[in-house]
Amino acid sequence: MLFWLDLVLVLLVLTNLRLLGSSRLASCIRTVAAQAVLLGVLPLVAHPHDVSLRVVALCLAGAAMKAGVLPWLLRRAVVSANVRSEVEPLVGFTTSLLLGIVLLGVAIHVAGQLPLPDDAGSPLLMPVALFTTVVGLFVIVSRVKAVMQALGYLAMENGVYAFGLAFAVHEPLLVEMGILLDVFVAVLVMGITIHHISREFEHIDTDRLSSLKD
Amino acid sequence: MEWIVCAVMVLFVGGLATLLAGRRVGLACWLGPASALLACGLMFGQSLLVLARGEIVSLRAPWQVPLGSLRLSLDPLSAWFALLIALVGGLSAVYGAQYLRHQPHPQRVARSWFFFNLLLASMLLVVVARNGVFFLVAWETMSLASWFLVMFDSQEARVRRAGWIYLVATHLGAAFLMAMFALLGRESAALDFNALSATGGTASAVFLLALVGFGAKAGLIPLHVWLPEAHPAAPSHVSAVMSGVMIKMGIYGLLRILPMLGPPQAWWGWTLLGLGAVSGILGILYALAQSDLKRALAYSSVENIGIISLGLGVGLLGITCQCPAMAALGLAGSLLHVANHALMKSLLFLGAGAVVHATGTRQIDELGGLLKRMPVTGLAFLVAAVAICGLPPLNGFTGELLIYLAALSGIVASPRSADVSWPLVAILAVGGLALIGGLAAACFTRVFGMVFLGEPRTAPAAHAHEAGRAMRLVLCLLAAGCLAMALLGPWVLDRLVPLVAGLIPHDFHVAAEAALASWRTALVAVAAAALVLMGLVALLVLGRRRLFAGRTIEQAGTWDCGYVAPSPRMQYTGSSFGAPLLAVFRLFIRPRVRLDGPRELFPRRASFESHLPDVFVERLFRPLFQGVAQASASLRWFQQGRIQLYVLYIAVTLLVLLIWKLG
Repeated sequence: MLFWLDLVLVLLVLTNLRLLGSSRLASCIRTVAAQAVLLGVLPLVAHPHDVSLRVVALCLAGAAMKAGVLPWLLRRAVVSANVRSEVEPLVGFTTSLLLGIVLLGVAIHVAGQLPLPDDAGSPLLMPVALFTTVVGLFVIVSRVKAVMQALGYLAMENGVYAFGLAFAVHEPLLVEMGILLDVFVAVLVMGITIHHISREFEHIDTDRLSSLKD
Repeated sequence: MEWIVCAVMVLFVGGLATLLAGRRVGLACWLGPASALLACGLMFGQSLLVLARGEIVSLRAPWQVPLGSLRLSLDPLSAWFALLIALVGGLSAVYGAQYLRHQPHPQRVARSWFFFNLLLASMLLVVVARNGVFFLVAWETMSLASWFLVMFDSQEARVRRAGWIYLVATHLGAAFLMAMFALLGRESAALDFNALSATGGTASAVFLLALVGFGAKAGLIPLHVWLPEAHPAAPSHVSAVMSGVMIKMGIYGLLRILPMLGPPQAWWGWTLLGLGAVSGILGILYALAQSDLKRALAYSSVENIGIISLGLGVGLLGITCQCPAMAALGLAGSLLHVANHALMKSLLFLGAGAVVHATGTRQIDELGGLLKRMPVTGLAFLVAAVAICGLPPLNGFTGELLIYLAALSGIVASPRSADVSWPLVAILAVGGLALIGGLAAACFTRVFGMVFLGEPRTAPAAHAHEAGRAMRLVLCLLAAGCLAMALLGPWVLDRLVPLVAGLIPHDFHVAAEAALASWRTALVAVAAAALVLMGLVALLVLGRRRLFAGRTIEQAGTWDCGYVAPSPRMQYTGSSFGAPLLAVFRLFIRPRVRLDGPRELFPRRASFESHLPDVFVERLFRPLFQGVAQASASLRWFQQGRIQLYVLYIAVTLLVLLIWKLG
């Protein structure tokens, strides 16, 4: 099973890099959705002995929420805000990708020093979880459009989810459901805010909101 | 204790009910004062009972707050202050009912009554709280409620500025109090007052923190800057409560904390004595120079807080030098002055409120001749003015007399330890008090003379009308209270014995009680002299009436002695009256004068302007806050207004922390 787990993790790394390198909003949304699907599979391959109907149901629900409902909300916000579909990075795509590689290195280094439980599954799990979280943060920092901030937030949450999985406490999924609810509300709020910002300012470029500072 | 809890409940329920009254001013002006009056009655009864019997009532309930517990208790010290809250609060509520009815902003009245009730309730809770957390919560509620009351006329920029200064001052003070409780409670699990204590260097640190925190509320110089701004800005019945009792909460806090610090050190006494003398003298000098009636009264509050602090300082020095008579008399005098000042200052503010209500101005130089138009207000104001100068036969004299006696008894008793230089205490206390008294007499002669005597200087003053019935009733009651406090001086002093006993070491009790009992005769003499004096005045009035009976009395213009066309502008003005005295004190205060004097033989135009800026605002606080603002401005680049950057700050911080923790 380790092969499948590693495969999923490597795919996760690739989705993260694609998130950094993609220039279209739509493809970024799709990437995060794909990430969510991969994360839905992750518990099943990470702890194949514990698979039960309940776990499968929870994974399905989570994946449906993060890969279906939330991207739909964001896509709708993009359409209704009537923005151009470019990402508009503050840090260029090539630089982003290079920084992404550096961040991956940092993540692997930091994860190596973390005290971990023995049954973490793959040694890759922890670095990937950290990497996903850091990439989420990086996307929030380096992209102009408010939609990208929401996507970065989602990616961060995905990282946290993977992180929780590594610890294989007895009810990680239950905790995850709680987080998911938070994320859902957050993205909903962001979607609405994006809509309102665009109506008020005729753009959703967060760097131009500095006119609001005192 | 049930009465106190009931009083708080009544205040809260009454306050909420007035909020529901909304724009119906009549209803709000009935509900608010009625509930305040009922609660004050309960408070008054309970505190009087505690003071008369000397017993302590208390209440304890669990409270789910870290370090907190719902410990309430009413001992004689608390009861003394609760009594003042009830008296001044209740009477001000009755006065306010009429005062607030006729003003142009009906939507603010209900809100104002809500905060008025909240202010009374929180002050009551401050004096009964026996837990640090609970005390701070009540303290903050008190500060915020009074801030909302000050901001009543918030459409005026001047009022908003006053509110801002008050808010900053009161919160800085509260910050010091929090630090103080943190320091006091280092070794106890909960911040209950009976578990708090400090010794040695910690005690000194706590004393300093308490002095700044409570001193900011009380208005000790140089922390007084909010008083002359906030008191004039607030409606008059609110100024009366704030100046009459709220600033005394600072004195209460100091008295409550001091016994926790073990035996006092000599320099604490010296600090209080020195600050008191400085506050008293500078406060009254500034009052003498003010052109705004309520501002002058606010500065006079600074002066009286100075007298109270001076008495406390003498009392503490009495404890450190093993002189029970000095300790007991100093503390008793300052406690007595707390009550006396509460009565006379609220009377002065309410009287000033009646003047403002009738004429629409607070400028002393725009008033005049009001005694003929508002005889009741004028007489009540006169009573309070005489009392606040510390002149017999009124109550201001009794408290100051005890402080004088304390300072002198220190010399007479030839103290056993020689580490305090005795003559200096007497010189500072007696000399300071005498100087303050003299200047106060000048100040209030000026205020009363300019406002109530002579001829009206402007049309509004000429058309002034007497205050309404409720307002007059309150003024008369307070004036009667000032007289009663003087006549009942000996009885009041007996009630003060348990309070003083709680503040001095145990081995002093017998000697202190003996000293208070022996000087009780002085107050009896004062009361007797007051009675004789009043009898004489009554005789004179009767005799005058007898002589004038059946004769025609002619009315002529005031000072109508030989001028061709006398006009009100020929009178002394407020600034011209104060100028010679202020010139003597040029060293300490410098009025800014702009003189465009008369020139040539037939001068066409001349003008004179004088203005006394508060030196502590100009030289201390303005540079200080400007410095802070500049230092903060250098960090402005940090705030770019970009969300991305802010998240970057957070992310970098987290990453650095993570690497630092793991590396």
